[in-house]
Parts: sequence; structure tokens; C-alpha cells
Amino acid sequence: MKTASTRNINIDCLRYEPAIDSEPRRQAYEVPFTDDMSVLQGLQYIKDNLDGSLTFRWSCRMAICGSCGMMLNGKPALACESFLRDFYPGGVRVEPLNHFPIIRDLVIDQRDFLVKLESIKPFLIPGDRKAIADGTFLQTPEQMEEYYPFSQCINCLLCYAACPQYGLNPAFTGPGALALLHRYNADSRDAGTRERMEIVNAEDGVWSCTLVGYCSEVCPKAVDPARAVNVNKINSTKDFFRHFLMPK
Amino acid sequence: MQVVQVDVVVVGGGGAGLRAAIAAAESDPQLRIAMISKIVPMRSHTVAAEGGAAAVVRPDDSLDSHFDDTVSGGDWLCDQAAVEYFVAHCGPEMIRLEHLGCPWSRKADGNINVRFFGGMKVQRTWFAADRSGFHILHTLFQTSLKYPAIRRFDEFFCTDLIVEDGAIRGVLAIEIATGEFFLFACASAVICTGGAGRVFRQNTNAGTVTGDGMALAYRQGVALRDMEFVQWHPTALPGTGILITEACRGEGAILVNRDGYRYLQDYGLGPLDPWPRPKAMELGPRDRLSQAFWHELQKDRTVATPQGPVMHLDLRHLGAKKIHERLPLITEIAKTFVGVDAVKEPIPVCPAVHYTMGGILTTVRCETSLGGLYAAGECSSVGIHGANRLGSNSLAELLVFGSVAGIGAADYAHAAPRRDETSMRKQAEASARRLLGMLTTTGGEHLATVRGEMMDSMEAGVGIYRREATLTGTCGKIAELRARYRAGLQLDDHSRAFNTEWLSAIELGFTLEVAEAMAHSALGRRESRGAHMRLDGYEFRDDENFLKHTLAHHGGDGPPRIGYMPVTITKSQPRRRAYGGAGKKAEMS
Repeated sequence: MKTASTRNINIDCLRYEPAIDSEPRRQAYEVPFTDDMSVLQGLQYIKDNLDGSLTFRWSCRMAICGSCGMMLNGKPALACESFLRDFYPGGVRVEPLNHFPIIRDLVIDQRDFLVKLESIKPFLIPGDRKAIADGTFLQTPEQMEEYYPFSQCINCLLCYAACPQYGLNPAFTGPGALALLHRYNADSRDAGTRERMEIVNAEDGVWSCTLVGYCSEVCPKAVDPARAVNVNKINSTKDFFRHFLMPK
Repeated sequence: MQVVQVDVVVVGGGGAGLRAAIAAAESDPQLRIAMISKIVPMRSHTVAAEGGAAAVVRPDDSLDSHFDDTVSGGDWLCDQAAVEYFVAHCGPEMIRLEHLGCPWSRKADGNINVRFFGGMKVQRTWFAADRSGFHILHTLFQTSLKYPAIRRFDEFFCTDLIVEDGAIRGVLAIEIATGEFFLFACASAVICTGGAGRVFRQNTNAGTVTGDGMALAYRQGVALRDMEFVQWHPTALPGTGILITEACRGEGAILVNRDGYRYLQDYGLGPLDPWPRPKAMELGPRDRLSQAFWHELQKDRTVATPQGPVMHLDLRHLGAKKIHERLPLITEIAKTFVGVDAVKEPIPVCPAVHYTMGGILTTVRCETSLGGLYAAGECSSVGIHGANRLGSNSLAELLVFGSVAGIGAADYAHAAPRRDETSMRKQAEASARRLLGMLTTTGGEHLATVRGEMMDSMEAGVGIYRREATLTGTCGKIAELRARYRAGLQLDDHSRAFNTEWLSAIELGFTLEVAEAMAHSALGRRESRGAHMRLDGYEFRDDENFLKHTLAHHGGDGPPRIGYMPVTITKSQPRRRAYGGAGKKAEMS
């Protein structure tokens, strides 16, 4: 365990209150910290002790709810699992996630993602109907492995902040939603691939991706959205030829 | 003020709220359902549940066995009719979730797997690695997107229930992004706002778990039941309180003190061998394990760390393969938050507040004492947990009773007559004015000061072990804090848009009242039962005087009025609650 000795660090926050500020500004705070303190705890210290108006989202503080994604020194990260000690002595610059409109301070407008999530039909579209009384579907661990890594997405939006294509073209379905699309397509219990391929094949589907791969690098849950997108480029190509050979 | 006309309002978008909304939408696709949540639903605290959800599935298990474990686990304070309903409906709910895509962990043959949990005689905990709550929540949230009947109001903060003539008429909420008030005129409402762990300092709960729904119903005259029963989870990280799942022990992990000694054998959970065996040692119930920690602390046999005293949770003998396959999340958490590789070192753990067994009093059908108002999940007291909840019964509860509440609210909405809204709007406008007034208060105290004093007082007075003197002290302190709160808090933030300081101040009003209900309920229960332990001459269970539920009734600006109601006993007469003892070595799956 680390010791509890206290040092000071500079936390430099982007501030923006649309009713007051014509454009974003910066405000720096000097925060005492111990080695076990996260950036989120630093922000909470500011809010409780220095400035109650600093605004940010947080909830679980254990990297599972996906609320506290922010840019830390220019990199998308979860504030709860980033530690102040790693930014010492230089300090940390805290900004809202890239590529999203700012509602206030570090809070972004996440509605675009929620619309995209809904658009990919992120639910099982079963082939065989099964009554509750007939019990569960069989699915071997090998079959599970096909989709399981893609089911780990916590919707934290770090991958959207990392994606240069989403920055250029906000209509792009984007890494997180495409990974979840693949999660359902790859599930042996699902028969909805056909419906979802329309989204994959669309102009703003997988073909918008230019394979930078930064999405997978920043993902806190190792979901690897770049791989999901890549697999779907192959599937999309196959789908194209299938349509060509066997029109509906 | 915008008025939104709906049939059913669901307050809270966690597991219970989503299950309720889906059940209501399935019972009538034409229904207008508003789901109001102060965070986007998949952020809700259900997401942090790790171990799993209970449902009988094995041939060597039975509903009676799940019933017995639950009722004895609750130290006979469970309402047995509710438990009977519960255990019978857990299985179908787990299967339904599987049909919706939940990635339950599987055996090699493709059937779902189950694991051991504390206080459960047989393996009956369905799990999705150690991210069970995460998968349940995301499965329900993503499924909910299928139903056009469910209209979501994400990041709307509920401030008031509007009640007239003993029935729910509306729900007042703040749209967080703008700070504007919305009145949801409804025929029925379901409260699914989760627990109140943030009343305490050391806890496993997310920052959002502030007892909002409990306080909303309580203020409207609905009793809060059994609020003295607060669960300390025995294994949380020191300092942060982050949960280290009971599934570690379900898979065979052991707890040792500073001498490397498995201390639980000294507290009625032994003997040591054969290990592992159900309902013994590390597979004992949470109340007993947290109490054992407290005793070891008195004997100075804990391990000192800068974050406070801990015990060691040792997983090493499970081997890297099993640890990574069954417990990937806690492996990650231990590495990130305390720098421990669970494959090579024990994890430091200590008790932290985890769950409120009590809550909004409901019937088995999730009805409250107000017409059209339902409650489900941790915010409610439907009666299945008694004095101590068994791990993996709460995820099952939010499915079983979320569904009951959703269907009940839908049925009620069909039958409810539409009435004139004039006086309801007046009530809502008066509330909105009062809340807006908080933004312009000058000269009051800082909210973090009042909140901090509340947490410290609750830790000191309403902890794992309690005494009349300290309980009385906390009751007095909370009354004082409520008075200071009423005098007004000084906010730094006077904006309307996304003013989280304002929302925290409103939440503090909720938590103070819930804290007061807990402290007074604990003071009144002069016995020791389950998670409520007294040291002042009431060290034993007293069925003659206290085989009854506590009811806390809101007392306005004053303390709550405490009353009691009988426990429903159908088939299990109270007997000695025993763990440990002889038993067979368990086959681990």
C-alpha cells in the first residue's frame, strides 16, 4: 500500500457556463493529494472545499458506470481510475470529452450516442421463440467467446472522443455503437444480423472508419471496437456480394 | 412549468425501474410510460453489483431450501408470504433475462452455471463473471429501447411526489441540463430509486445512492420499514469502500487476520474443515462476517494500513486461470485501486455500508399506502430481507418485484379516473418556488460541512454495534443538522443549467430524513437481530418483544414517530440461527 503523505498538485479545469461565458475559459486549482487519490477525488475535493460550481459527472467511482470520461492532458480517460500521482509534478489539464457539445464545464451532451445506440438495435432478435418454461438457450463457452468481449462496453464514450472520423463526421455511427452491434450479431441466440447489416453497410456505418485504432487504445474495458469494425467491413463486403449474387 | 401527461411514471432507471417499465409496456403497449432518472439508466448503481442473482436451478436444490436460507438469513424478520412469492419467481426471471441476451456464465455443455454465495445452502447464484449487475443492467436498458411505450427522461431529477386525497397525481422533476421544472401528471408511479448507503461515509455505493425515493414517499406519509437494518459488506477496499465481491469467497477465497489466522472460526462459523462447505466460515452471512471484523478490531488483530484497519482476502490458492475467468473485475479493481495482483497477493478488505434492508413499506404486490404509488428494489421494503439480506437476493429481487410493480402500476393506471389538475399544479409550483429559493440563499453553511457531520455521526452512532448513548447522540445530531439545513445552505453555484451543487443540496435534504429514520428505528429496537447489534444489555434476539417490524412515520420538522407491525409467518417458526458446524465438503463447479 502507498503511504498517505500529502503533496499539492495543480488541476487546471475547463470552465464553461453558457448563460455567463461567451466561450470556454480555464480555471486552475491547487489541490492537496495523497498517492491513492484519483483525478475524480481531486475534482470532488475542489467541489467540496474550493468551488462548489465546478461541474462534472460521476457515480460509481470504480470504472464500471461510465460517467466520468474526460480529457486528461489531452487523452480520453475515466477520471475515477486515473491517479493524481501520475500527473505529478506537472499537473493535470481536465477538459470535457472531445467531439461532443459541452453542456457545462466538464459535462458533455451525450444524446447523440444514445440515439446511435438505439439505432443499432442493441437487443436480442431471437430466431427461435422459446417459452420461459422451456428454460435457457444452450450456448457453449466457445460460442460465448464470439461476442463476450464486445459485451463489456460501459458506454463511457472515450472511443468517440478518440475517433478522428467521428470528429470530422458526427453522423458516423462510431466505435462504441458498432462494437455493440457486433456483440448482438455475433451472439448464437440472435437472428437480427440482416436488419443490422443495413446500418453496417450505410455510408455512416463501418466504411467511415479509417482504421486509426485509437478507439481500442483508450477503451478502459479492452472491448476493441476497431476489431469489431474491421470484422464488419469483411461482413459488409460479403453482404454486398451476397446481395449481388442472391438479390432479396 | 411544462406539464407532461402520462399514465405511469417510473422514478429511477436501475434494474428495478427498467424491469418495471418493461413489464408495464408489455402488459399494455398503448400505455404512456415516463422513465425519469437522475442519471442515464445504464449509469445506475445496479451496474456495480458483482456476484450474481439467486434462483433455484440445480436438481439438489428446492424452493423450500431457498426460502429457508432467506428466512433464517434474515433472522426471522422476513415476511414469509413475500419470500414464498419471491423464491418461486426468481427462476423464470433469470431465464427471461437469458432470453433477452444476458451473458450468464456457462458450463462446458452450454447450460448456465451457478456459484456458491454466503448463507446459501446450495449453489444457486447465477452469475456473469463478476460483472453480473453490469450485464443485467445493460441487458435491461438495451432491451427497454425496443418499447415505444417507454419514453425516457434521462437526467431528470425527481424532487417531489404530488399527492391528493391519498393518491399519487404527479411527479415533479428538474431537467438537469436546463434547470427547468417538469410536472409529470400521472395515474400511477413506481419508485425504484435504490438505497441510501451514502448516509454513511465508508460505503460501497455510488454517489447517487442518496435515498431520494425513500424520502419522497416518507414525506408523503408512507412509512419506512425496518430502517435500522443496514448491511455492512464485509469485504470492501479501505478508504474508497469499493466492493470486492462475495463471489471471491463463493469461489473459495479465505479471510485471514494479521497473524494469517482464519478468524471466522472464532465467531460461530467454524470449524475450519472440511473446506469449502456451504453456510460456514467464509460462506457465512454478511452480518456475521462484518461483526467478526469488529471483534477482531477490538482485539487488535487486524492489519493496519494508511487507509485504516483491514483483513486479508486471499484468493491465491484458486489459481490464475480461475481468478481471471470468474473474477476479472475485482482483479482489475485490486490492481488499479490498491496496486495488488490478486493472483500473487491477498487483497486488503474491511466492512463498508452496502445495502439498506429496510425501505418504503409495500405489500407483496409492491403497493404502498398511497393509491397508485408502488415501490420496488432496494428503496422498498417488500419484506424478503428481514434483518439481514443474503448476497444475490437483491438482484433477484429487483427483477421479481420490478415486474410485479410495473404490472401493478399499469393495471392501476387503467382503472384510475382523470381528475382536475388545478390544485396539483399549484402544489408543484409551490415546491418549485421553494427549491428555486435554495439558489439564492445567502449566509448559510456549506453543504459539504453538513453532509460530512451527518456521515460521521451515523458512523459513530449507527454502526455495526450500537449503544443507547451513542444512538441518542446521533438522533440529537441529525435533528440539529436538519435545523441547520432548514436555515439554508450557501451555494457557490447560482446557475440553472446542470447545477449539481443544487441537486446535491436537495439530496442532502433526503438523506438527512432517511438517516433520522434509521437512527430512531435503531434506538427503538432494544434487542440484537441480524445486522442490528446492541452492546448495552440487549445483546440477544428477543422474539417476545421484538419479533415485529419497525415503522418510521415522518414527523415533519420533528423526529419520526416509531411504530411496529407484525411479521407475516407462514411456515417457518423462529429458531436459533446457526451457521458453521459439521457439514460435507462442497463440490465446486
